[in-house]
Amino acid sequence: MEPFQKLKGIVTLLDLPNVDTDQIIPKQFLKRIERTGFGQYLFYDWRLLDGHDLNPDFEMNQQRYRGARILVTRANFGCGSSREHAPWSLEDYGFRCIIAPSFADIFYNNCFKNGMLPVRLQEGQVEEIFQRVRRSPGYELAVDLVDQTLKSDDGLVLRFQVDGFRRHCLLNGLDDIGLTLQYEEKISEFERRAAR
Amino acid sequence: MKPKTMFEKIWESHVVHEEPGKPSLIYIDRHLVHEVTSPQAFESLRLSGRKVRRPELTFATMDHNVPTTLRSLPIADPISAQQIETLRTNCREFGVTLFDLDSPEQGIVHVIGPELGVTLPGVTLVCGDSHTSTHGAFGALAFGIGTSEVEHVLATQCLLQERPKTFLIEVRGQRPYGVGAKDIILSIIGQIGTGGGSGSVIEYAGDTIRALSVEERMTVCNMSIEGGARAGMIAPDEKTFAYLRGLKYAPKDFDAVVARWKNLPSDLEAVFDRKLEINAATLTPQVTWGTNPGQVVAVDSRVPNPADFADPNERKSAERALEYMGLKAGTRISDVSVERVFIGSCTNARIEDLRGAAQFVRGKKVSSKVHAMVVPGSQPVKKKAEEEGLDRIFKEAGFDWRESGCSMCLGMNPDILKPGERCASTSNRNFEGRQGKGGRTHLVSPIMAAAAAIEGRFVDVRQYRSN
Repeated sequence: MEPFQKLKGIVTLLDLPNVDTDQIIPKQFLKRIERTGFGQYLFYDWRLLDGHDLNPDFEMNQQRYRGARILVTRANFGCGSSREHAPWSLEDYGFRCIIAPSFADIFYNNCFKNGMLPVRLQEGQVEEIFQRVRRSPGYELAVDLVDQTLKSDDGLVLRFQVDGFRRHCLLNGLDDIGLTLQYEEKISEFERRAAR
Repeated sequence: MKPKTMFEKIWESHVVHEEPGKPSLIYIDRHLVHEVTSPQAFESLRLSGRKVRRPELTFATMDHNVPTTLRSLPIADPISAQQIETLRTNCREFGVTLFDLDSPEQGIVHVIGPELGVTLPGVTLVCGDSHTSTHGAFGALAFGIGTSEVEHVLATQCLLQERPKTFLIEVRGQRPYGVGAKDIILSIIGQIGTGGGSGSVIEYAGDTIRALSVEERMTVCNMSIEGGARAGMIAPDEKTFAYLRGLKYAPKDFDAVVARWKNLPSDLEAVFDRKLEINAATLTPQVTWGTNPGQVVAVDSRVPNPADFADPNERKSAERALEYMGLKAGTRISDVSVERVFIGSCTNARIEDLRGAAQFVRGKKVSSKVHAMVVPGSQPVKKKAEEEGLDRIFKEAGFDWRESGCSMCLGMNPDILKPGERCASTSNRNFEGRQGKGGRTHLVSPIMAAAAAIEGRFVDVRQYRSN
């Protein structure tokens, strides 16, 4: 997994709460057996008209957000299905950091497995970012997972918190399975105990 | 000894390793696998030269993608066919038991797990599917995981997990006529919201829950995820034990195991992080009006007005939902007509669901404006229904009677809504486009769906009580 330490990039907005994983990537694209190439299907029914032309009413499609690496959205992002195709499509599209007041549990967890950083902020802080981004085209944020801050050139400084273990794994790009296999002895011992 | 919740008892008995500041390594007793969320996991195993650690604890079937038409015909969609074939190859290569398309035990993974006795009280059970919470109805700790975690469980039979919080929902009182398990859980989600259970494992308790059948309990636990919860669970009791006795994978020393299972229920003085009480006597048949399961009202009420929502984001969400759903605020739910009816899914496609709907349908005809279909949750459910003559009742009324699978719950197979079509559905998600792009889904119980099929609109099933 690719480590995540620092990222500076354009911020784009998705101004809706409860965005479910069916919107992030619709079911017809879950039939593929690969892990890559899902970015073209991200927010498919919202972003595209009839599957090809960009929908001009979808805020993210505006020229000012081109090349965005950071997505800011509202509460309970990623609710619904457990499909890891959701973070795969966000990552493949170019996002590596998602900021919201809250995330659905499975989606939140899936992000960390794919080198993506979900950042939880308070509702008011998210609103503050929304306003700043709307005021200035090309608005950028610098995300620093080392000192857990978000900064912008216009002086915004916000602190966030990520659980220590997840932060450690993301900073170092560590693979969970490798870590767990260090406890092979304990797993075998558990199995012996359970068999008795 | 400190009193414990059922969740704590199961969790603590599965901890393999723990240290401060890190998630716990917990052991997974049962792993269910399906075709959609597993191919990338098996592929990674192959690339890293790893094996499935406990193939005998891993069970696979194909359900999401499968056609519900004649099984003898080839699968028309080549990408679906490839995904299904990939599962076959992976199960063969890694030694995993597969209930293939032609198996008499094939079905929706959350229907067949319990039918086979794979799901048992006190076990930890995972699957790459959010509705894994269904299995909590047996007093198991069961939750959905992503594909990376599927790979993790295949390789290690363990998962790294943060300990969730505990949330007790007590439902008490006599449930009125016409109010089903689906109405109980939809009411709960309407109350707590789609993110209300985040970070928590819900235990459903109280005399109303105890009075539910095992299958009804599965309906309740199934939709825990729709309230944002990690898992839902219900203490096992005599009904649970009777359901499991003699099933294919149930323990052979059944009575000895039952004695252990009896220790699972939460201790009387156990402390939960959060509690909620629901009075069952006040519950009504529910119909969702919006595009998430928390946007739900009683069948005898009206489509809400977005202006009445205090939270600006919820207001915006409601406005958007009404636009998508093609509904006007203030419309009576009973004035909303439907063109499609879907009785199926891991929420409501078990034999009791079909019996309830068939009883309602018997001797009636599906409205000429409606296309209605019944998709049994599994081949055993289908067989049992046919033995009982339920298929004839449905077919004579004008329903399509199909083969088992997830079908129109998520529309990965050919069963989808056309843009603008409105559907009364017994499934679990009414998200935009869930049942097909532009399709409009209203979640209801099986008898509410049956009634909508006959009348061509939503009707309050309580009005049939005297008949």
